[in-house]
Amino acid sequence: MAELDTSGGGKKKGGKVRSKKQSTRVDLTAMVDLAFLLITFFMLTTTLAKPQAMDLAMPDKDEKNQQELTIADNRTMNILLGEGNRLEWYMGQASNPLAPPTVDGFGKNGIRKALIEKSKEVLGITGDPKKGLIVLIKPSDKSNYKNLVDILDEMKISNIQTYAIVDIIPGEIDLMTRDGIYKKK
Amino acid sequence: MPRIKVARKSTAIDMTAMCDVAFLLLTFFILTATARQPEPLPVDTPASIVKIKLPELDIAMLTIGHGKVFFGVKGQKVRELTLEKMSKIYGISFTPEEKIRFSLIESFGVPIGNLKQVISLDGDARNKPGLQTGIPADSVGTRASELNDWILQARYATKELNNKDMRISIKGDSKEEYPTVKKVIDILQKQNINKFSLITSLRAAEK
Repeated sequence: MAELDTSGGGKKKGGKVRSKKQSTRVDLTAMVDLAFLLITFFMLTTTLAKPQAMDLAMPDKDEKNQQELTIADNRTMNILLGEGNRLEWYMGQASNPLAPPTVDGFGKNGIRKALIEKSKEVLGITGDPKKGLIVLIKPSDKSNYKNLVDILDEMKISNIQTYAIVDIIPGEIDLMTRDGIYKKK
Repeated sequence: MPRIKVARKSTAIDMTAMCDVAFLLLTFFILTATARQPEPLPVDTPASIVKIKLPELDIAMLTIGHGKVFFGVKGQKVRELTLEKMSKIYGISFTPEEKIRFSLIESFGVPIGNLKQVISLDGDARNKPGLQTGIPADSVGTRASELNDWILQARYATKELNNKDMRISIKGDSKEEYPTVKKVIDILQKQNINKFSLITSLRAAEK
């Protein structure tokens, strides 16, 4: 915005040379623009810079007396994390799955549908809101850290209360090799 | 009939006050902003929907990336005490100057034998990629791994100084393979730490 010169035109009379009277006002628009831009920048960076933390509780591991918890087959969902951002899930036990092993992906079109569906199904069977779906997450050696965080994130999204990260067993690796999401060296 | 003349006003607004306020806010935000510390091991954290902020104090950070593990604990006093405890265990003595320099290092990743060398370097040289090889996470014979000792001593130091339990957070690279992460989790579980945090970045809400 240019300052309007309202001082009027010069009626020059007389021979005296007068220095032109200049306005003392400075145009601050650009300065204010810049200041607000910087404010926005600092505001956004200060609140976003703090990292987010996802709390994770692992099951107790006692090496001296290994306790085996038995959990109901029909409430248990096993998720095996394989390579190439693929996973495989089944219900019950590996030797005798209640639902056949299915290869799936991550995200809303992948495992989330199965999680929500199974979670409802289990609640229907038990009829007790405290006895929901139990998810066992079994990352294989070929999966990466992102897969682990992604699947934990899915637990949060699908609101599953009981889940644990457990070691994978050889039978499940064979299962994943069969379905092509785990390549043995 | 005399016509009413509308006084012609200048279109320029006085920006002085606005400018003052803007700069006041700017100064405030610059002063409150915490400068980002340079990291010796840059990692790309996976995204998640959780929005819980990480606490600032009494927390140790394990950075995992490219098969290496780096360790850092918050608080200069805690760091100094941790180093003292470690030097007793491994029989390597550090001068008071080295201890002070160490207490300013946010995170490091070298075997304790090479720690003196890293301390003597200045900030830029220290954070060069590839210089720090990671803390050994494998146990040698009956002796627990160095990483295990670092975590344990840092916990003792935090308890002694602040009388609080140290929290552990893991900051892993998205591409990191699971066995490395598992190794670290196993070390933690051996010390009966079953609860820890995974550091993630914020995921934009997908609908």
